[in-house]
Amino acid sequence: MLREQLELLNNIKAVEFTALELNLYLDTHPTDQRAIMDYNASVQEWERLRAIYVEKYGPLLPTDIVEGSSWRWIEGPWPWEIDY
Amino acid sequence: MWIYEKKLQYPAKVGRANLKMAKYLITQYGGPDGELSAALRYLNQRYSMPTNVTKGILTDIGTEELAHLEIIATLVYKLVKDASVAELKAAGLGSHYADHDRALFYVDAEGNPWTAAYIQAKGDPVADLIEDLAAEKKAEATYQWLIDLTDDPDLKDTLNYLRVREIVHFQRFGEALDLVQEHQAAKKIF
Repeated sequence: MLREQLELLNNIKAVEFTALELNLYLDTHPTDQRAIMDYNASVQEWERLRAIYVEKYGPLLPTDIVEGSSWRWIEGPWPWEIDY
Repeated sequence: MWIYEKKLQYPAKVGRANLKMAKYLITQYGGPDGELSAALRYLNQRYSMPTNVTKGILTDIGTEELAHLEIIATLVYKLVKDASVAELKAAGLGSHYADHDRALFYVDAEGNPWTAAYIQAKGDPVADLIEDLAAEKKAEATYQWLIDLTDDPDLKDTLNYLRVREIVHFQRFGEALDLVQEHQAAKKIF
């Protein structure tokens, strides 16, 4: 995998992780308004980075629609094949 | 329902790790305190939980454990994929090879198959959450023992990430337990 692609993927992972942590925190603190705002902000950033990645490198979710004449969802590398 | 995102939650790196580690790492795949046990335990307990908080946290942590399962699978996959049969035998993986070639399987470090006897759902929310707290502590300890077993800094890094996640899960389950006990006390008063 290209260095640039891996870097973008790592940035997505980092933002997604922030969102997940807030998600779990909110499950047990559902009225924390500040946390909800932070969560929404991190999800927006996640969507922004994802859009860039998907457009350049292909789908991360099966519902990501990309240009191309073939079904890119099944294309390699699969996550366990990537050299991190 | 579940959607699959085609990426690992965290990079799985094996660096210069010894092939022998594959035999030990597999216990967090199919062993008693591993990620499959965690995922299936939480995703199953959630059906009989009384509050939205507990249904939510069990669903979300259970789902995260599936992502961790994938990381362990990736570590083992990378360790064995280029190993020769002779190397696999020397690393204590001959029996695994006889049954599975280089395929992954849900077993512990001795090759014992995963069993639902590793998990429980008593239907009593307090009992179930206390089991979950214990499970997270046992998983955390197992990751520490795996970190102790390897010198490879890359592998240590991935294992440490997984270890720290268990600590966070423990925290969340503790909060869920407090809330469930409050909920039960409130029901008794009214």
